[in-house]
Amino acid sequence: MTAPLHDTGAETAAVDVTAGAPAEAIEGRSPWRIAWIRLKRDKLALAGGVVVLLLILVAVFAPLIVSVLGHPPNEFHEEEIDPLFSVPKGSWGGINSDFLLGVEPRNGRDVFSRIVYGARVSLLVAFLAAVVAVVLGTLFGIVAGFFGGWVDTVVSRLMDLLLAFPQLLFIIALVSVVPDSLWGLTGSGVRMGVLIVVIGFFGWPYIGRIVRGQTLSLREREYVEAARSLGAGRGYILLRELLPNLVAPITVYTTLMIPTNVLTEAALSFLGTGVKPPTASWGDMLSRAVDHYEADPLFMIIPGLAIFVTVLAFNLFGDGVRDALDPKGSR
Amino acid sequence: MFAYIVRRLFAAIVMLLVVILVTFGIFFAIPKFTGTDPALMYVGKQADPEAIEGIRQKLGLGKPILGQFWDFVSGLFAGRDYSGGGTSAHCPAPCFGYSFKHDLPIWPELKDKLPVTLTLAGGACVLWVIGGVLTGVVSALKRGTLWDRTAMTVALAGVSLPIYFTALLSLAVFKYQLGWAESAGTAFGDDPVGWFRGMILPWVTLAFLYAAMYARLTRATMLEVLGEDYIRTARAKGLREPVVIGKHAMRSTMTPILTILGMDLGALVGGAILTETAFSIKGLGAAAVTAINERDLPMILGVTLITASAVVFANVVVDLLYAVIDPRVRLS
Repeated sequence: MTAPLHDTGAETAAVDVTAGAPAEAIEGRSPWRIAWIRLKRDKLALAGGVVVLLLILVAVFAPLIVSVLGHPPNEFHEEEIDPLFSVPKGSWGGINSDFLLGVEPRNGRDVFSRIVYGARVSLLVAFLAAVVAVVLGTLFGIVAGFFGGWVDTVVSRLMDLLLAFPQLLFIIALVSVVPDSLWGLTGSGVRMGVLIVVIGFFGWPYIGRIVRGQTLSLREREYVEAARSLGAGRGYILLRELLPNLVAPITVYTTLMIPTNVLTEAALSFLGTGVKPPTASWGDMLSRAVDHYEADPLFMIIPGLAIFVTVLAFNLFGDGVRDALDPKGSR
Repeated sequence: MFAYIVRRLFAAIVMLLVVILVTFGIFFAIPKFTGTDPALMYVGKQADPEAIEGIRQKLGLGKPILGQFWDFVSGLFAGRDYSGGGTSAHCPAPCFGYSFKHDLPIWPELKDKLPVTLTLAGGACVLWVIGGVLTGVVSALKRGTLWDRTAMTVALAGVSLPIYFTALLSLAVFKYQLGWAESAGTAFGDDPVGWFRGMILPWVTLAFLYAAMYARLTRATMLEVLGEDYIRTARAKGLREPVVIGKHAMRSTMTPILTILGMDLGALVGGAILTETAFSIKGLGAAAVTAINERDLPMILGVTLITASAVVFANVVVDLLYAVIDPRVRLS
C-alpha cells in the first residue's frame, strides 16, 4: 500500500498519490479529485466558499465598488448628522439611497465605503499572517519531525512555550512599542506589516505541531524507506516524499487559521492597537460604535455582522475542506 | 505519584523562568531591531533627556540582558530598589516591576484587580464547561438528528462571533431594552444582588463563546471514542448504556478537553481583555489596555508575566488531573 494519507480502500486505483496527478488511462481518482467531489456535495461548505470568493472580490475591487456605490471612505458628511445628538439624521442609522448602509455618528463618513475598504485590511492581514504562520510552521514542524533527537526537543519546547504565552496581550504590547516608521514603511503600512508578522509568528506553533506529528508518522513509512534505500538524499526525501503528503493537513489548518486571524485583527483594532485611523477597519468601527449603540445600534450591528459573516464563511469552508480531505471520512 | 508532582512542578518553574527570559529578550531586542532607545519605551515620547538617563540607570538598561534578567528575577523574591537620576524608589517583594508613569510598584496594583478577573473567568468557566460538554455529548450520541445539526450550527455561529460584538449586542438588548441586567462594577460586599446582575451578562457572553468551542470539541472527541474497541467490549459484556457513556467513554473524552481548559482558563486569568473592555470591568485585562494606551511598559510586562504564570500553573493542575483520570500517566 503506497497511499500514505488517503488510502480510502475503495480508491486503490490511485497509484501516484504523492503527485496528485489524475491517472487518465484507468478510471482512477486522485485524492484531490475525491476531495473535490466530496466538497461539491457539501452545500454549506460551498456556500462558505462562495462568500469567501465574493469577499475577496470586494476587497480587490474596493475602489471601483466605492466609486460607483459610495462616497470616499474618509470623506466627512456632517450634513447627514443631527447636530443636537451627533447621530445620523433619520431612522436606521441614516440609511438612504445615497448612503447604502448609513453614516457614522459625529462625522458622517459613509459606512458602506468603510465596510468595503475594511474588508481589504481584514483579509490582507489575515491571509498574509496565515502565510507567515504556514511557512514557519511547516519549516520547523517538518525539520523537528524528520530529524528528531535534540532538534525535535528544542523545537517542541519552543512551540509549547509560545502556546503558553498570553498571545493577545503580547501582540498588543509588541504592536504598541513599534515606532511609526519602519522598514521604509509609514503610517498604516507599518501597523499592517507588524500585525502580519506578529499574528503570523504566534500562529505558527499550531501548524508546526500538526506538521511535526504527521512527519513523525510519515517518515517511518515504507515508501520513505524505499526512497532512502534507492539513495535519495535528505533534501529529496523532505521535499519530494514528505512535503506532498503534508499538503492536505496544511491546507486544512490554513483555511481554519484565516478566520482566527480575522478575529484577532478586528480585536486589535477594537482595542485601538490595530491599523491606524483613518484607515477603515471593522474592529475600529465597532470600537467607535461603543459610545453610540443606544442611539444608533445599526452602526454597531453592521461592522459586527461583517466580521461574523466573514469568519463564519471561512469556518464553513474550512470545516468542509477538512471533512473532504479526511481519509477516514465516509461522506 | 509524589515524584510525578515534583517533576511537574520543577518543569513549571523552568518554564516560568524561560517565559520571563523570552519576554525580556523580545523587549530587549525590539529597540535594537527598530533602532530606537530602549529607555524611551519606559517613559514615553515627551520625556526630557534627564528623565531618560534616570530610567536607564534605574533599570540598568546598559547592562547585558542576562544581568537585567537576574535583577528582575531576584526582585521577584527579594524586592528591588531603583535608583538613578537623583531619585530612587523601593519595590517590595514580589516585585513584578515598577511603573515609572505612576511612581508605583506593579504588584499591589495587579493584586487588587486579580479577584475581579478570577470571578469573571471562574463564573464563566462553570457555565461553559457544563453547557459545552453536555451539548457536545448529547450531539455526539444523537449524531445526525435535528438536535445535533441545530446545536452544531449554533456552535459554529458561536465560534464565529467576535466577543466584543456579542457583548455590545447583549448590553443593548438586556440592559437598555429590557433592563434585566446592570453595569458591572458593584462590589459583592456592597450589594450581592447588584453584583450578580452586573456579572450575569459578562459571564453568559464569555461562556457562550467558549461553550460553542467546547461543544464542537466534545462532540468530535466523543464520536472518535465511541468508535473504539473498548466501547464495543463494554457494550458486549452487557453494561448498561449510561455506564458505557458516563464511565467508559467520558473518561477518554475529558482528556483533550482538560488540556484546552487548562490553557483557556490560564489565559483568561491573565485578563479577558476583550470581555473586560466591552463590559467596562476593571480587571487585569482592562489594566493592560490602560497600560498600553499610557505606554506604561512595566505594567504591560507585569500583566504578561502574571498571565504566563497563570497558564503555566493551570497546566500543572491539568497534568495532575490527568494523573487522576488516566492511570498510565502516573507510571510513565
